Amino acid sequence: MANPKEAVKEKSMVIQKEMLAKQFSELSKAKETGKKVCYTFVPGNLIELIMAFDMLPVYPEINALQSGMRKKSGGYIKDAEKVGHSEDVCTYVKCDIGMFLNGNIGPTGEKLPEPDLLLLSYTGCFTFLKWFENLNRLYPNAEVAMLHTPYQEDGKITQEQIDYMVKQLKEEVIPKFEKVTGKKFDPAKLTGLLQNSVEAENYWVKILEMAKNKPSPIDAYFAGVYYMGPINTSFRGSPECVEYYKELYKEVKERADKKLLPVTPEGEMEKERFRLVVEGPPNWTNFREFWKIFYDLGAVIVASTYTKVGGVYDQGYRQDPSKPLESIATYCMGCYTNLNLPQRVDLIEKYVKEYKADGFLINSIKSCNSFSAGQLMIMREIEQRTGVPVGFIESDLVDPRYFSYANIKNRLESYFQMLEQRKIILEQEQVQA
Amino acid sequence: MDALQKVLNYCEETAFDLDFKKAKQWKSAAKNRVLVGYLPIYFPREIVHAVNGLAVGVMGAGDRKQIIKGDAYYQSYICHLPRGVVEMALDNNLNDFDGFVFPAICDCVRNLSGMFKLVKKGKFQRYFDYPQNFTPETGGVFYRHELEKILDDTFKVNGLKTSVEALNKAIGLFNRNRKLIEEIYDIRQLFPWRLSAVDTYHVLRAGLAMPVEEHNVILEEVLGHISKERGEEMDNIRVVVSGSFCEQPPVGLIKSIEMAGCYIVDDDFILGSRWIQGAINDTSSDPLGAITDAFLNQSTFASCYYDVGNPKGKRLVELAKRRKADGVVFSAASFCDPALLDRPEMQKECDAAGIPHVNFQFHENTGQFKVIKEQAGTFSDSIKLWS
Ligand code: SF4
Ligand code: SF4
Repeated sequence: MANPKEAVKEKSMVIQKEMLAKQFSELSKAKETGKKVCYTFVPGNLIELIMAFDMLPVYPEINALQSGMRKKSGGYIKDAEKVGHSEDVCTYVKCDIGMFLNGNIGPTGEKLPEPDLLLLSYTGCFTFLKWFENLNRLYPNAEVAMLHTPYQEDGKITQEQIDYMVKQLKEEVIPKFEKVTGKKFDPAKLTGLLQNSVEAENYWVKILEMAKNKPSPIDAYFAGVYYMGPINTSFRGSPECVEYYKELYKEVKERADKKLLPVTPEGEMEKERFRLVVEGPPNWTNFREFWKIFYDLGAVIVASTYTKVGGVYDQGYRQDPSKPLESIATYCMGCYTNLNLPQRVDLIEKYVKEYKADGFLINSIKSCNSFSAGQLMIMREIEQRTGVPVGFIESDLVDPRYFSYANIKNRLESYFQMLEQRKIILEQEQVQA
Repeated sequence: MDALQKVLNYCEETAFDLDFKKAKQWKSAAKNRVLVGYLPIYFPREIVHAVNGLAVGVMGAGDRKQIIKGDAYYQSYICHLPRGVVEMALDNNLNDFDGFVFPAICDCVRNLSGMFKLVKKGKFQRYFDYPQNFTPETGGVFYRHELEKILDDTFKVNGLKTSVEALNKAIGLFNRNRKLIEEIYDIRQLFPWRLSAVDTYHVLRAGLAMPVEEHNVILEEVLGHISKERGEEMDNIRVVVSGSFCEQPPVGLIKSIEMAGCYIVDDDFILGSRWIQGAINDTSSDPLGAITDAFLNQSTFASCYYDVGNPKGKRLVELAKRRKADGVVFSAASFCDPALLDRPEMQKECDAAGIPHVNFQFHENTGQFKVIKEQAGTFSDSIKLWS
């Protein structure tokens, strides 16, 4: 990027900002307006059900990542360690506990309301379960509902698993919602919300697939985490969410038509030198610096697994408004970290091939076993199956102590050199052929 | 060498035979036998027994094997258990096993199941999802399906279907096993000097690698010996060790705790063998139902078990009181999310109940024994001084 241009403020960005502002303002007024608050997790969240009961969601993971971006997480983590939490465990949990210990001040500087309902759906991560046991002790007055999401251990979702989840929804989860809100469950309302979800999901997939263009008009990892916000968290199911993705699609399509590259915090990229598929969550404490290493070197992420933690929609899954509870159950079981390792490898292989990637890179997160255990094996498998060079870096989600800029930069630079060399060899081979 | 020592030596050898020779011999002695390896913690071995099988605990390599290849499979910030298991798999220690079961403890073991699938180790690799819903109509139905999946897997290996009689017989044998183990723990509570914690550990761990019938004989023999006075009482404190339910501590660590002046009167080593509290109905016309009920209603506590409604900290305090322990030793594997995330709350409960505690972390192949011994020694001295 020789001449960084001013970052374009696209309309979709403004829409998302407004959506978030509205949500946090509603949250800050929850006690006055009498709206009930539900703490829950991102992967496999039941947002349509939460909306059907007019509740407001709070996602502790989002609080943690925002604390990371606001450079608050380091202090929070240390505070959690002071009360006995080990250095070794998931830093999201510690960051959240530290935030609680410091008055539970949310990203807007206002105190977050306490939960009326703790809704635990631990799709794809066992630590969620531990996290909720801790939350349950921090908020002893909240109701707790548990939705056990079976793992796709056999590489498929069975009818028995769906039945198990639907039964839990009917007998455990919905009654808790009814108890907390005093409202009766309205299936028609849920169906309507799911219809909106399908619309948003359709746009979302079209947006992601735009990265198949050469050059790619989007960065499906660093920018992808912004794009995925509304659909993966509080808004899927709302008409605003459909509007957001419709607008975003329009913008991305225009960029693709004009053969423009992704927009970065420093303006538009000018050259696509490498196309990468990335596995694993990003680092939040040094997000901008981390991203910069890539765009400075012309590396565009064309597909990532992290943007699938809220659903692997690009592989065909859509909510089914005609069977709302079954649909929710299938949704929960289908999120990326609920796939077994062979499924994850197959998916990545597909991405590398379909998005014509030059390389595959893993950002391994020190304190996240759900993603990290098995990644070295994923790496070997992908190298064998696709032949693209694979790279491996290590960082953490929100613990600044585990982000070593120099180390990561060095590793990435040598990785990009490797990609460059391979490109030259491939080009020579093509000429000879 | 006295008779008990002979049994103990045999147990130690079997417990740490990472080639599982006994189990493999058992398999080759007759046709249609199935060998199923299972990872910590709990797996209802009864169902495998009932289809002419032997379920063998694969508890890691401990400090008995140098980890070389396994380290290439796991980043340094992942606990040691899976790398030991992968090393064993790559070194052919696990050949002749027909299949593997990975109980739902944590994401490491879960993903290990996928790694076994990718390398196609064994004829089947089954992640065994514990329900976290404990009502019979919901969690119970789910759990039963999990049992049936394993029975389908073994059927594909030897073509044998289970029967009510075979299941009830197996349940009876494992009931006996659990009862004998509890009797050993009860005697040790009163007379811990009669059988050291290390010896107890070997006796229990050996039981994971041999037929239950044989293990029951060994347990009876051990019980016979320790029902009489032996050894010499020392001025030690009594502790419960908590947090080593999955990755096993190196034996040197258990020894260090003992040598520092602590009698371990209860622990969560080899927890799967003691998971079900009390007997399972062995006369039911629906034995799978009985096994399921036992899981829902008679499970002990551990960090892999959802505890809202019956918190682990309270259960640990109850256990410490029941065993008349002077203190609790928290001993978790490094990087073990489940154990470590539970620890602060459990410590809080101990504080509230006035139970002193101390805290260690270990790797399965290295323990800082000297430091641990010193810490445990200071812990023991302070309890003696102030109580
Ligand atoms: S272990 Fe990973 S997936 Fe689980 S809560 Fe922590 S960061 Fe999230
Ligand atoms: S030691 Fe802990 S983190 Fe490691 S496999 Fe066992 S339960 Fe999981």
